[in-house]
Amino acid sequence: MTTLPQTTEKKLGLVIDLDTCVGCHACVIACKEWNTGGYGAPLSDQDPYGAAPSGTFLNRIHTFEVTPSESRCGSAASAAQIVHFPKSCLHCDDAPCVTVCPTGASYKRSADGIVLVNEDACIGCGLCAWACPYGAREMDHDAGVMKKCTLCVDRIYNDNIPEVDRVPSCVRTCPANARHFGDLADPTSDVSRLVEARGGVELMPEQGTKPVNRYLPPRPKADIDAPDSIDLVALAEPETAGFLSWLDRALERLG
Amino acid sequence: MHPAPSIIVFTTLSGIGFGLMAWLGLGLGPDGFWFALLACGLALGFASIGLFASLWHLGNPQRAWRALSQWRSSWLSREGVASIVTLTVFGLYALLWVFFGVRTPWLGIPAAVLAVVCVVCTSMIYGCLKSVPRWSKPPTSPLFVALGLAGGALTLAALAPISGPAGGVPFWVATVMILVATAMWLVWSTKARETRLDADGSSPETAIGLPHLGRVRLLEAPHTAPNYLMREMVFQIGRKRAEALRKLALALGFAVPLVLCAIALAVPAAWPLLLLAVPVHLAGVAASRWLFFAEAQHVVGLYYGQRA
Repeated sequence: MTTLPQTTEKKLGLVIDLDTCVGCHACVIACKEWNTGGYGAPLSDQDPYGAAPSGTFLNRIHTFEVTPSESRCGSAASAAQIVHFPKSCLHCDDAPCVTVCPTGASYKRSADGIVLVNEDACIGCGLCAWACPYGAREMDHDAGVMKKCTLCVDRIYNDNIPEVDRVPSCVRTCPANARHFGDLADPTSDVSRLVEARGGVELMPEQGTKPVNRYLPPRPKADIDAPDSIDLVALAEPETAGFLSWLDRALERLG
Repeated sequence: MHPAPSIIVFTTLSGIGFGLMAWLGLGLGPDGFWFALLACGLALGFASIGLFASLWHLGNPQRAWRALSQWRSSWLSREGVASIVTLTVFGLYALLWVFFGVRTPWLGIPAAVLAVVCVVCTSMIYGCLKSVPRWSKPPTSPLFVALGLAGGALTLAALAPISGPAGGVPFWVATVMILVATAMWLVWSTKARETRLDADGSSPETAIGLPHLGRVRLLEAPHTAPNYLMREMVFQIGRKRAEALRKLALALGFAVPLVLCAIALAVPAAWPLLLLAVPVHLAGVAASRWLFFAEAQHVVGLYYGQRA
């Protein structure tokens, strides 16, 4: 059924810390590695070693430069900052990708809120990918079916793997510990408290999709009270007093 | 958005086919056998070719029957269901008319209403996508319905002289509908041009959830080569090419058919000109449909360096 559940018992999702993400792409690779052999059709690649490689990914990292506006920092000299931005399905409460599906292949589970695709029923029309404002869904070129993040549904409930591994592959692998998994419907869960403490945000709330995943904004950078320009010549000047001039004189004596 | 040929053929041909069904169902045109055979055949043919073209677009067309199941929520599913019901009702109407000479409004009027419903469903497949402001903000449904009815009326006027007198009501309906469609297209295009990617307030800043932090610029894309999202939804079209196509759409889709209609109205003996007007109009509508897709920007482009 492609009508959405009124409510879901749990809201399983990810909380991604944009302060600690270093943009290493380990989660991208771990995601591809697990999901190409797990749930549904493999994540195919086209021309992987050629001039124009292309492939299906459920998680991608964009790197942005954010230039602070003058009003915020009071001076135009504030440095721009880099934000590494991992993006995968946000498992929206009002998922537009689910309601447009003509076959019922796309659905949102009422138990845990995970949005999934039943690939045996998917006709590959691509309308769900058009409906998603976030670009979370990608059509697999070889299988002709829609692929998306499953929140590693075949890991998180999997009794055959050690308990520590029962989190999405991207979360398990993140070396910076920037990715967190949990129930965002439970206000006492670790992820909910993290969102509370760090002011977690939604992506494009104006699109009305009510995403479950949250992003933690980068912490404010320390305001270093540096002078406008540093006199580099003075630092290198041998006549100056102090350690540098002593070193210079000592080296000269040796020479 | 990527202007896939299969989708352009689907929306253009099914539109004109259902438009023709609507006019035939309302009882427009002569009752003669040859007109019935040709007009009903063309209406069913256009709609069927259009619907089959939509199947070429699918990754797994063998499962297309499943698309009839989710009419409660999905406009694409509604389109499928409505098409089959319309083709059945109109098919019965055509069968009785062509083979038994009975043209009953009891089937005709429901078929006409259903045909319009089909075109509304087609338009809403695109009109319901909030992620593409250029489709969801301007009056996309009235545009599709007006174009379908205009193409249908033009085809009907071109075929009517086969079994009846040239001129009269069918010619007037065609002329007026082409005028209405021209106006609708101009209204839609004006509104579409004003509708930017940020129509709902989306920007690269809201896309990454950090509007308070400053201006966002893409530094490095996720991959070195384009991916499915970019090919499908971040389609770029040259402004020069778009302008040329817009002129072509205006000329072929509306101006030339209008002139030919006016000549046929003034000199009914010149009605074969209308047979020429139908393919010319279709080519123009196809060009405008190409622009409809190619010029539409999807908000996912905000993650790939686009900005309104």
